Amino acid sequence: MTQAPRMSSLADVVTRQNTLAGTTPFVTTRNLNFYYGDNHALKDINLEFPAKRVTALIGPSGCGKSTLLRVFNRMYSLYPGQRATGEVLMDGDNLIDPKIDATDLRARVGMVFQKPTPFPMSIHDNIAYGLKLHLKLSKAELEERVEWSLRKAALWEEAKDRLHSSALGMSGGQQQRLCIARTIAVKPEVLLFDEPTSALDPISTAKIEELIAELRADFTILIVTHSMQQAARCSDQTVFMYLGNVIEVGPTAQIFTNPSVQQTMEYVTGRFG
Amino acid sequence: MSASTTRRKTINRIVGLLSGLSAAIALFLLASILYTLIARGLPAFNLDMITKSMAPTGENGGLANAIVGSLIQVAIGMAIAIPIGILAGTYLAEYARDSKLAEATRFVSDVLLAAPSILVGLFVYTLLVATTKTYSGFAGGVALAVIAIPIIIRTTEDMLQLVPTPMREASAALGAPMYKTVTRITWRAALPGIMTGMLLALARIAGETAPLLFTSLGNLNWSTSLGKPMASLPIAIYQYAASPYEDLVQIAWAGALLITLGVLLINIVAQLVVGRKK
Repeated sequence: MTQAPRMSSLADVVTRQNTLAGTTPFVTTRNLNFYYGDNHALKDINLEFPAKRVTALIGPSGCGKSTLLRVFNRMYSLYPGQRATGEVLMDGDNLIDPKIDATDLRARVGMVFQKPTPFPMSIHDNIAYGLKLHLKLSKAELEERVEWSLRKAALWEEAKDRLHSSALGMSGGQQQRLCIARTIAVKPEVLLFDEPTSALDPISTAKIEELIAELRADFTILIVTHSMQQAARCSDQTVFMYLGNVIEVGPTAQIFTNPSVQQTMEYVTGRFG
Repeated sequence: MSASTTRRKTINRIVGLLSGLSAAIALFLLASILYTLIARGLPAFNLDMITKSMAPTGENGGLANAIVGSLIQVAIGMAIAIPIGILAGTYLAEYARDSKLAEATRFVSDVLLAAPSILVGLFVYTLLVATTKTYSGFAGGVALAVIAIPIIIRTTEDMLQLVPTPMREASAALGAPMYKTVTRITWRAALPGIMTGMLLALARIAGETAPLLFTSLGNLNWSTSLGKPMASLPIAIYQYAASPYEDLVQIAWAGALLITLGVLLINIVAQLVVGRKK
């Protein structure tokens, strides 16, 4: 247990040295800790996520990367016994402060899950569902926003003729792009991707990665991935985590070619994890 | 072939034979029941049965008052049982999965599911008949509701638990409050299963006799008043089947055939509803 403080202080040094040049942090965590009951799952996480950049969270199973992702939209608050302490700062707000309404927060921080989760309704209604929760739109505005979202998610051409048929009839890759469309429809500022392609075939995966590269222009993106290649392909910054600690963070190119910590090198070259 | 292979194959054959034989026996029993019902019920299975009220022997009566009484009491039963059953099932599956109250509710509901239906009749007798000093169609409906509620609770809870957790999380992640997630997403996803549960409960209470014996009692005359004794098909069958007059016994058979066909129809619809989901 004496190792934990040393590791995180090391990570602090690394963070300061490797902040992406020419970017401003959009989301910052300060001394973020997370607990599943008595299990201390995240330990003093201090990270900066630059605006309109993609940050990949990598590490072996159980390292806490998905746990960290689920802090940003307070997904954990659905489950009693899970709690976070510390600060997650965005626009001066501490996102994990209960005073910030979780519903409002989730309009600002959207999330796409591992498996496509289309709702049992039409393609159109899948997107309208979230819109109607947050915005009072006229019929015309609603239709316009549905189209905008589908175009943004590169799904419009495939979906425009079947907007009112069930979303469950689409392929897995299309369903996942629908979930992305549904998430960006309310124009959040941050997008969280939790292993978004692990249930998809290579072609669908490539499409999603392409999409993430395009969405980067408008959103600050965090992506949890088990695929080292995916992290290398589509992120600007990479965070390597292990056992609830941030081991190293830096520009993706550097993490994959010249990491400062031995453990990182062993992980990215496939020697452990 | 080695000795153990021969032995294995022999046992395999015996088990296959025994289970096939048992299936044949079960099918034979079912077929003979259906055959008897049709053979003895068909002669009186005519328009008179559904247009004429019960009447004394020789007056060429029917079962119209019993059919209408059954429909009314089953409708009351379902009207009470559907909202309570669905909401309680939702509570167990969505709101209180592992709480003490949920475990207690689940246990009591399962006990009720297996309780002899005559007990339910006695319970409602004490609750509604002894206190109002009259047998009534309403009491019959309540007794049927008590039978249907645990069935609907169980199926609703089971069907909701089949809805994957990520679906709920996805809804919450879009900023939906819990009640929206439940009513717009999980209910919708589980709808075919919940409907099936309701239909099975309907089929079950349509043929119940014991809960009605002490509650709506039965009535030989036409009455649709909820405050008075009300006829019902199962009770009418019970009364007629025991009578010494051949014409009344025949009407009882026709009524039994009618209930069986009705329950069969409901079950087929339930199967279709589930089938559509897949």
